Amino acid sequence: MSILVNENTKLIVQGITGKEGAFHTQQMLSYGTRIVAGVTPCKGGKKDVNGIPIFNTVKNAKKLTGANTSVVFVPPAFAADACLECIDAGLDLIICITEGIPTMDMMPVKNALEHSHTRMIGPNCPGIITPGVTKIGIMPGFIHKPHGNVGVISRSGTLTYEAVHQLSRSDIGQTTCIGIGGDPIIGTTFTDLLPLFQDDTDTEGVVMIGEIGGTAEEEAAEWVQKNKFSKPVVAFIAGQTAPTGRRMGHAGAIISGGKGSAGDKMQSLRSAGIKVSDSPAEIGIIMKTLLNDSITV
Amino acid sequence: MKIHEYQGKELFRNAGVPVPNGFPACSVEEAVEAADRLNIDAFVVKAQIHAGGRGKGGGVKLASGKDEVRKIAHAMLGMNLVTHQTGPEGKNVQRLLIEEVSNISRELYAGIVLDSSNCRFVFMVSTEGGVEIEKVSKETPDKIIKEWIKPNEDLKFYQARKLAFALGLEGRQVGHAVKTFMALWEVFTNYDCSLIEINPLVVTKSDEIIALDSKINFDDNALFRHEDIQDMRDLSEEEPSEVEAKKYKLNYIKLDGNVGCMVNGAGLAMATMDIIKIHGGKPANFLDVGGIANAKTVAHGFKIILADPNVKSILINIFGGIVRCDRVAQGVIDALSQVKVDVPVIIRLEGTNAEEANNILDQSAQKFIVATNLKDAAEKAVNVANKEQL
Repeated sequence: MSILVNENTKLIVQGITGKEGAFHTQQMLSYGTRIVAGVTPCKGGKKDVNGIPIFNTVKNAKKLTGANTSVVFVPPAFAADACLECIDAGLDLIICITEGIPTMDMMPVKNALEHSHTRMIGPNCPGIITPGVTKIGIMPGFIHKPHGNVGVISRSGTLTYEAVHQLSRSDIGQTTCIGIGGDPIIGTTFTDLLPLFQDDTDTEGVVMIGEIGGTAEEEAAEWVQKNKFSKPVVAFIAGQTAPTGRRMGHAGAIISGGKGSAGDKMQSLRSAGIKVSDSPAEIGIIMKTLLNDSITV
Repeated sequence: MKIHEYQGKELFRNAGVPVPNGFPACSVEEAVEAADRLNIDAFVVKAQIHAGGRGKGGGVKLASGKDEVRKIAHAMLGMNLVTHQTGPEGKNVQRLLIEEVSNISRELYAGIVLDSSNCRFVFMVSTEGGVEIEKVSKETPDKIIKEWIKPNEDLKFYQARKLAFALGLEGRQVGHAVKTFMALWEVFTNYDCSLIEINPLVVTKSDEIIALDSKINFDDNALFRHEDIQDMRDLSEEEPSEVEAKKYKLNYIKLDGNVGCMVNGAGLAMATMDIIKIHGGKPANFLDVGGIANAKTVAHGFKIILADPNVKSILINIFGGIVRCDRVAQGVIDALSQVKVDVPVIIRLEGTNAEEANNILDQSAQKFIVATNLKDAAEKAVNVANKEQL
């Protein structure tokens, strides 16, 4: 089993004719993802190099192909609008890969999401993958191990790959891995996904990769404690050595006003009974130990 | 992006946020001319640097008369101003703001920022103006009054009124404050700000509300639609190596350790810094080369890292997803032949085509140390850096 995406996911690629969109369409197709449509305004009626039909609007793409999910590779100035179009068309899930969307543009998106059934992953994220089934985003598929029992939720990109790689090397497969994105405003956060992993019978443990800035990790810790999350969780927080007031790459990764430090986050997670790895190199090993312990108990 | 106080006050003035009369000056002559134009007797001379705490460091001085403005401007221009926000190295003062003195009755605080925990902008005020607001928020959080602005909506008049009354304002002060708060919100949204702070926002003895200071940060992602704001950028306020890095689309932040690092992705770059620390070293920088780890970017990365004399070793940590490791390996080898690198280089490549990459590294005549995993890489980088240090 998996969460959010599976063999029934029928995908639209928004920005399918752009450089990024075209490249990753190819990559996703070769992983086995069911891409049913592309959307690029004014190119409707044509087909992309792989023979995927292109539509002018998301609404038509959905109507004529039965698509339920969209991945957004639209440039930052227009990406928020592309997300709004998906919400208006009533898709179930949006995965927004685009990096660099202005915060002010994300406000109406957040508002529209709150008033609809649509869920959004990202923006500024690597995407979501159910290994062996469907890959939606830009992550390298081959590092993942199918038919697994561990879910991964991460605010990071390449650091997620590092964590997944460690899991696969330790012979731990993954149910679903989600990069939730590094921006201050994101569609889905740890506390939205933990309940889904709780309900997923195949998932026996969860890896959480956080980073400095914001309070998402503290909220996750609180949620785990309050809801008595029953599965072992291993967490790592990037940015233990980051200076205050400096934005570390991601728009959300900044310690400001005395809030959002790695130390605070690690302490909150630990007091919720979550196993926090000090080192980014030991995420896989620690999860292995926890899974073995839960079997012997 | 940050701007100077005088630039922020220009934006305020244009939007209807009351500010004291004043003019910027880059030389003693301009300072005197500014005093002339103001045509008053009592002035404030304020050093313009991108850091707070200027008053305590001697960057804000009162002057009575033009001659004193001249004297103070002479001393202040070119001085190295150290505040709690500049770090011990301080900042060189190149611009001043010459202003009229305000008739202060109360000092308040006002600010707007994103509250990412509920995805709403929050308008904050406090009666405790003129002091460090971080301290107030930590020690007496109930003295900060907040109004959250709903997504897709603007600050409402009733919210501005609530804030004004919570500050204990009365009579004419209330109307002035409401007008000021509404105008501030307009500046915030019109220019895609990520932060506005006024500390202090003062109530004068004649019941006016005046922004005595201005601190504005802008959302870098939105600068593309604000050319006028881009023009306000003062590159001399930014770390030269960071400005240089930006030219090559590298994301670099200088730190004070001795292990340089070059990584793809911000999260992994932070994690690499962290693991260097865990193994007893200190990172010299944050450097995210993004998705383009070719010979050119790696060469620029080397140059920027090596401009820092503290660097005793360089750790390259690339997790190849879309980037192929064999290409990165070749890029590193080519870069090493282009740039003179006189400290040990430790390379760890993982991901797509990692095996081919390690073969290429093995066969190269260039000198570097190959690491097998993240932990191994950090240990090696720290060990050689500490050895070189001796």
